[in-house]
Amino acid sequence: MENNPTFEGPKGTDPKLEHVAAARGRGHWRDVWSKFRRRRLALVSLILITFIYLLGIFAPLIQTHDYQETNLRRTQQGPNIENWLGTDRAGRDLYTRVVWGIQTTVIITVTTFVTGSLFLGVSIGLVAGYFRGWIDAVIMRVGEVVSAFPDILLIILLAATLRPRIIELARNIEDSTGISGLVSSGIVDYVVIGIALLPLSWFGMMRLVRGQVLVLRDAEYVQAARAMGTSTPRILFRHILPNVVSPIIVSVSFGIGAIALSEVVLSFFGLGVQPPRPSLGVMIGEVTARGGASVSVLRDHPEQLLAPIIVVWLLIFCWNIVGDALNDVLNPRAR
Amino acid sequence: MLAYIVRRLLWTPVLLALAAFFVFFMGTCAPGDPAELRLGPRATPERIEVERARLGLDRPLLFQYAKYVNGILKGDFGDSYHYQGRPVLELLLPKLWVSVQLNIAALIVAILIGLPLGFYAAKKQGTGRDPAIVISMLILYAMPIFFTAPLLILFFAVKLHWVPAAGWDGFFSLQIILPALTIGIPGAAIFVRHMRASTLEVVGQEYVRTAHAKGMSNFVVNYRHIARNALLPILTIMGFTLAGMFGGSLIVELIYGIPGAGRLSLDAIFQRDFPVLTALVLLSSGMLVLANLAIDIAYTIVDPRIRLQ
Repeated sequence: MENNPTFEGPKGTDPKLEHVAAARGRGHWRDVWSKFRRRRLALVSLILITFIYLLGIFAPLIQTHDYQETNLRRTQQGPNIENWLGTDRAGRDLYTRVVWGIQTTVIITVTTFVTGSLFLGVSIGLVAGYFRGWIDAVIMRVGEVVSAFPDILLIILLAATLRPRIIELARNIEDSTGISGLVSSGIVDYVVIGIALLPLSWFGMMRLVRGQVLVLRDAEYVQAARAMGTSTPRILFRHILPNVVSPIIVSVSFGIGAIALSEVVLSFFGLGVQPPRPSLGVMIGEVTARGGASVSVLRDHPEQLLAPIIVVWLLIFCWNIVGDALNDVLNPRAR
Repeated sequence: MLAYIVRRLLWTPVLLALAAFFVFFMGTCAPGDPAELRLGPRATPERIEVERARLGLDRPLLFQYAKYVNGILKGDFGDSYHYQGRPVLELLLPKLWVSVQLNIAALIVAILIGLPLGFYAAKKQGTGRDPAIVISMLILYAMPIFFTAPLLILFFAVKLHWVPAAGWDGFFSLQIILPALTIGIPGAAIFVRHMRASTLEVVGQEYVRTAHAKGMSNFVVNYRHIARNALLPILTIMGFTLAGMFGGSLIVELIYGIPGAGRLSLDAIFQRDFPVLTALVLLSSGMLVLANLAIDIAYTIVDPRIRLQ
């Protein structure tokens, strides 16, 4: 995303100018990338994140066992050649389950970010900031109400109350269309988590975009565009949005860790991804008996607890480092 | 400034009413008919009908909401489904009080660790200690509570026997130390980050250079000129940090076996005791809103420059 030239640049109508602008645009992102690359810790973090996500994406190819396969003769094993990270109480392979758990994290992160933050947050922010007036007031008040709740509690409440409704809906769809396996495929879990995380994901992004738009809408080049009769959508998406991309990227990179953690917490409580589908949160919840047996597990079979936790830990840490670096590189004015 | 405070005070009840509506609406989305849940599985349809009418469930949604709010204003959050007929508030308040105490202790830990460390890191900018502090706090911040909690228990309670491993014995007890640390450390990391940034902001100000130039001692400049001013913006993030820590305390309570709101909310989820869950969400958000209001008002009083706006 860092060096994608399509976001960039004020584009003129003159083809020659357009070329120059495009070249300059590419230059900006190349510049950003070269500055970013010089921060070694951030670069290592980015590589680690990519590696973890690739593990998740290619889970079906790199698994050594089936994630549901229990082997009662090989329970609670430590790391060994057969089971790289060991096995859990039911003799399931920890490595395979972690890799599939990462896949769940990847899916949740992508879906909630694309729908919540990027689609809803950015578009509502653009509208609120550009049109101001009562639309803005209503949106901001709604956001204030949503952010009045402690995040985790709100997410828990949403997931707990919505899950049965969404399962019901999915069953109805199955019955009326003849598609089977919608409920058992786990898509329902993703929908539930996605909706439960919405309040967490859209408001921060929306407020950020709105703030930027409020400044930009009165900028001279936007006034010029308006005076030339440019349509509102074009002003919003071609003139304003490209200038908001930097803060959006920074905000996304800080937010991803929080989203991943929220899914883990939800699944830990038994409200997110449902067994047998593995998720890092499900693994932590099952191994520790929802927290009750954490200490004895950590003492006797640390690998069972550490395998999922280190992934979560790394993801949150690395995304924060990357976010910091992007913030320094993309917003040089901010300290 | 007075106008601002008045506006905030007027908006707060509206905000709480809207929050209550949202929570109430989510409660009606919850599975299970309250009348059926109250009467148990063997109730006849006629009896359920009568019960529904008695509870007002056949009335329009807005009417039910008005009844709900009316009840709340009288301190009645409805009855628990699970603990037959026990008022939610009676069930919730003692547990919530435990959680509040735990979070206050955690906030104290976060402030005591976070603010001095953030200040120190900023003063050491340019040396190796600044990035070392920043990165190690980030590692602690990212460390999931699922790991921090058992690790602390294992080390300080099981190995060293310094403190009891689990349980709850009030605010002034040894038991509170480990859970408060578990919740407070990520909070401290947030404070370090902001304190460092705001100290760096102040260090570059002209009045700091003036103070140095007129020969004031480092100690006086550090504390009277830099730290006091750097602390001001920290006040505003206090509310957010508290909200974040409250979320973390739900899990911490499970691991340490603390009879607080976390345990209760988990039980409420699995027993489908939605009146308890909605009341918990509403009460905690109410506390959060009021805390933020108090912080904002305090901010305008502490920092006279705000009044100019």
